[in-house]
Amino acid sequence: MHDMLAEPIASRAGPARGGAVRLSAARPGDRGVIVEVGADAAGAGHGVAVDELQRRLLEFGFVEGAEIEVLHEGAIRRDPIAVRLDDMRVALRRRDAQDVWIQLDPR
Amino acid sequence: MSEAAAPGARIALVGNPNSGKTALFNALTGSRQKVANYAGVTVERKEGVVVTPSGRTLSILDLPGTYSLRARSPDEVVTRDAVLGRLAGEAAPDVVVAVADATNLRLVLRLILELKAVGRPMVLALNMYDIAQRQGLRIDLDGLGRELGCPIVTTVATRKRGIDDLIAQVDAIAAAGALGHASQWREPSAGEIREAHREAQRILKATVRPAERPDTFTGKVDAVLLHPLAGLAILFVLLFVMFQAVFSWAKPAQDLIDAAFHALGVLIAGHLPSGLITSFLVDGLISGVGSVLVFLPQILVLFFFIILLEDFGYMARAAFLMDRIMGGAGLHGRAFIPLLSSFACAIPGIMATRVIDNKRDRLTTILVAPLMTCSARIPVYTLIISAFIPSRQVLGVLSLPGLVMFGLYAAGILSALGVSFVARRIFWRGAVEPFLMELPTYKLPDPANVARNVILRGRIFLTRAGTIILPIMIVVWFLSTFPGAPVGAVDPAINYSLAGRIGHFIQPVLQPIGFNWQMTVALIPGFAAREVAVAALGTVYAIGNADASPGMLATTLAHHWSIATGLSFLAWYVFAPQCASTFGVVKRETNSWFWPMVMLAYMTALAYAAAFATYRIACGFGLG
Repeated sequence: MHDMLAEPIASRAGPARGGAVRLSAARPGDRGVIVEVGADAAGAGHGVAVDELQRRLLEFGFVEGAEIEVLHEGAIRRDPIAVRLDDMRVALRRRDAQDVWIQLDPR
Repeated sequence: MSEAAAPGARIALVGNPNSGKTALFNALTGSRQKVANYAGVTVERKEGVVVTPSGRTLSILDLPGTYSLRARSPDEVVTRDAVLGRLAGEAAPDVVVAVADATNLRLVLRLILELKAVGRPMVLALNMYDIAQRQGLRIDLDGLGRELGCPIVTTVATRKRGIDDLIAQVDAIAAAGALGHASQWREPSAGEIREAHREAQRILKATVRPAERPDTFTGKVDAVLLHPLAGLAILFVLLFVMFQAVFSWAKPAQDLIDAAFHALGVLIAGHLPSGLITSFLVDGLISGVGSVLVFLPQILVLFFFIILLEDFGYMARAAFLMDRIMGGAGLHGRAFIPLLSSFACAIPGIMATRVIDNKRDRLTTILVAPLMTCSARIPVYTLIISAFIPSRQVLGVLSLPGLVMFGLYAAGILSALGVSFVARRIFWRGAVEPFLMELPTYKLPDPANVARNVILRGRIFLTRAGTIILPIMIVVWFLSTFPGAPVGAVDPAINYSLAGRIGHFIQPVLQPIGFNWQMTVALIPGFAAREVAVAALGTVYAIGNADASPGMLATTLAHHWSIATGLSFLAWYVFAPQCASTFGVVKRETNSWFWPMVMLAYMTALAYAAAFATYRIACGFGLG
């Protein structure tokens, strides 16, 4: 498995969408609004189909319009990440966060 | 219970995880609850009863927490099927009580919209309402009730507030005989989930004013506990304390239980004529019950810590911190707790794998749990180490026996990581399930709730493990007793028994790893439980009461075995499937004989290979 942080975002499954970035590439302190929850994660390898992953993300509240802020990241390869999602906190692995696109607030 | 005046009603509690649903269940039913399994699956079924002031008996089902009726784990399948009335032998509930954390309504509103489609009459319990008030969260209860089309009750389950009100509302619906409508629920598509979120968001905007003083405590605590370095350091300190407590706090109680059962055995043996019945009572039944009970103190201490940390909200953080570390070996972050429990005993460890949603992650964890050094191995390790490892200092500070003990623990942990790595590739071709987990807000655990759950875990261990361990102990007693020794026999009686014959029969197979016939005979009763091997070695070497005087047995072993044989026996015990009860529990938890068989096969293979290598290498160094 490759380190997704080392790679420029634009090289993964097409260009960044309208200035949005993948949640999988975000760092603690990054905050913004979710603009898209897709179903085309590059490199699959999930135990579930991508559209199943998409529905799970949606059910957990990763939905367009939700406010999100990256709070913490793990010690090894900065994975997994903990995010504030509106009023709740959620932990997820970066590989499962690839399809969540966020429009970052200016810092 | 007396005849109820009004017909009974069936109530189901449904809600997100961490909504205080189980606390509400406890507040409603008190001690009148029973825990069983759903038919054919290993999901816990918690049911309790409460009698309303009008005399109606409500039977209340506490369903596993879920974010969606689109089930993803065996637990969530049960919730979905129970709500839809699809469970075999169970009708759909008469009333659904949706339980919501009043401070975290967004996700549960979407779930409630799904529940509405199911069409059962519903009551919404806004739990943890005191926290919502403290945060200055304003909820327009009438407006929310109108939007959702169901009555709303505010509750504080831990303080038993709002419980009577909730019972009255449910009773009123049951009395009205509301039937609801036929279910229109089906699995929502991504688009429908989005639409439901928009609807939930609209309702939220219209009826809830955001908190004036939102919780900042959780954020501050997380800044420390989830810190990449400090967080891990704190986790390891916590583990160390927990470990120490499991062994040191439980020790006096364990010694007491051990002594009591020993005394009881002696008492009975003294008052009954020696014979088969006495032997069965003392060696089969009493020592069987004792060998189950002796683990109870450790399990209670262990679950005390686990439940305390779980109720505080820390367990999800531990899973977060450990996810990547264990993920390298293909284990889920949540596998951490079951594996930790397995250091006391693999049986509660395997039962604790229920917290893992995903079947593959759960099976991998079950497969490797018995490799963790359980406390039943300690008597065996102590015996062999004291017999063969000289008590020398290494590098000035470390003692050699301590170092060997550490090495045995490390071998267990490393092999567990290796086996899970391989199992994932063999059985699931490396597929990794998504890892999505809510980090709940921190809450002070409620002592009554912790006590209740610890007792519940203890009871579950006694009934589940007891019903498996006891019959196995009796079978092993039978094998080691029949047929009896012929008249004028010189060898110990066990040598003539079925166990002895099996031991002699397989001895040629174990010869290459340096085992003599006495050892192979002792291994047979050792299948009942690992620590039984110590007593069994005492029996074959004709040393009575080897448990109480291990020193003498150690001297005898040192005299009869080579060092290579002793080391080989240690290596065997790291991996060997010497615990029939574990297989019974795995069979029960996986509902198939396939997984216990896989476990038996791989553990035997590893044990043989490790003992063979150890024996040959030791012989090569001239220790044979």
